[in-house]
Amino acid sequence: MNRLINKQSNALSAEITDKDVFNARRAFIKSTAMLSAGLLLPSLGQAQTELNDKLVITAREHVTNYTNYYEFSTNKQDATKLAKPLKTKPWRVEISGEIDKPGFYHLDDLLKANTIEERIYRFRCVEAWSMVVPWLGFPLAQMLARFQPNSRAKFVEFTTLYDPEVMVGQHSSILNWPYVEGLRMDEAMHPLTILATGMYGEDLPNQNGAPLRLIVPWKYGFKSIKAIVKIHFRETMPDTAWHKSAPREYGFYANVNPEVSHPRWSQSRERVLGSSIFTPKRATELFNGYGQQVASLYTGMDLTQSI
Amino acid sequence: MISARNKTRLLKALLIFLGLVPFWLLLYAMLTDQLGANAIQTLHFRLGDWALRFLLLGLALTPIKIITQQAWPLRYRRILGLLAFFYASLHVLVYVALDLSWSWTAFIDEVSKSPYILLGLLTYVLLVPLAITSTKAMQKRLARRWLVLHSLVYVAALTACLHYLWLVKLDISQPLLYLGLLGILLAVRVDRFNRNRSVGRLKH
Repeated sequence: MNRLINKQSNALSAEITDKDVFNARRAFIKSTAMLSAGLLLPSLGQAQTELNDKLVITAREHVTNYTNYYEFSTNKQDATKLAKPLKTKPWRVEISGEIDKPGFYHLDDLLKANTIEERIYRFRCVEAWSMVVPWLGFPLAQMLARFQPNSRAKFVEFTTLYDPEVMVGQHSSILNWPYVEGLRMDEAMHPLTILATGMYGEDLPNQNGAPLRLIVPWKYGFKSIKAIVKIHFRETMPDTAWHKSAPREYGFYANVNPEVSHPRWSQSRERVLGSSIFTPKRATELFNGYGQQVASLYTGMDLTQSI
Repeated sequence: MISARNKTRLLKALLIFLGLVPFWLLLYAMLTDQLGANAIQTLHFRLGDWALRFLLLGLALTPIKIITQQAWPLRYRRILGLLAFFYASLHVLVYVALDLSWSWTAFIDEVSKSPYILLGLLTYVLLVPLAITSTKAMQKRLARRWLVLHSLVYVAALTACLHYLWLVKLDISQPLLYLGLLGILLAVRVDRFNRNRSVGRLKH
């Protein structure tokens, strides 16, 4: 089955790519990452290549059938089916708060200004499992810069769509709807932080957060909010959905850290999705293995306290 | 014509057969790689579900006896109890052998950080003597003490439900359902106990 990669993006709009070509190109991208990215962003490029060598991409069917999307269901398989009716086109995103040009923007217009690129990241869930996904997206920093946040903008708050008619899980009050997540400005501007619109060379499936989601690879998965309808710049730290629900268990930072266990379970190891039943769990890395690039964001902070 | 005894035997065989259906289905799913993205956890959770279900089914026989005023339900208690023990054993085995890959350090790490795992292990430890003493011979040998020993099943059912409740991330509806069912099954017994006592008093 051939599909257009990301029709709305200028960069790839002309390319009709079948799976084999896509895979071959991905291998090529990987092998040349050191050279190409290294020329532009030396530290980032090198570190990423190092990581990519260890990254074995998880089978797409696992990534699309194992999602925590409580807006639809607390069952990871059910969300696949229940999310189907969600209409992701047209999609509007409100950009507001401490910026020069607040307003509602069509997603297509927001995307036009950005070049879609592939990022292969390990994704570590707070439930002690992980997967490796080839996302399609662009650095969040690229988009945020366009809106020129003022000096009072210290945090970025993201909000998921609230529409209980379609998002049937929102009828249940297990979480405080709509889902809210947030980043400190420097975290949001970090080159590893991306807004994703696709994965595996295709548009994001609904259950994986279509049409627009955040990916922050060094943080637990619940930070990577799905189906974003609002991006709000603010001076104070936003109160996030999971923190509201269980403040002792889920903090604002939620950096992956094997040394800081969840109050009810260990975070030292993680089950790699799709691995054989005889494969032992993998040791979880500090900042999910992206410490070289992001540890400096947290110098002087006590990581056992700022969870 | 089938004699009453043979009928019971046949029903017992049928119960064992049906009770093992989830096991065969899980084994088949495992061998054909149909357990999904997180195969070990799926296997582990499903086995735990079945252990708890059979434990509660076993505890449902006395209330059925009370309601129907017939003795037959109690004949199937041992089978249901042993099925619960069978699934609980596999649940523990999958945890230790597959989830932890027999790693002692991983075991210490996880148990020390997860009180619910400790509670699950306690539940299993409570079930072991019950399974060992489940034979007719043991029942005779222990006489009255057998009843005392086997009342541990109430504790085990409660700790099993709490083990489940404690581990769930957010949506506690399932464990609450099991806990509610257990509550009803125990309430029927308490109710009967109270009635028997008041009947006893009236006689004096």
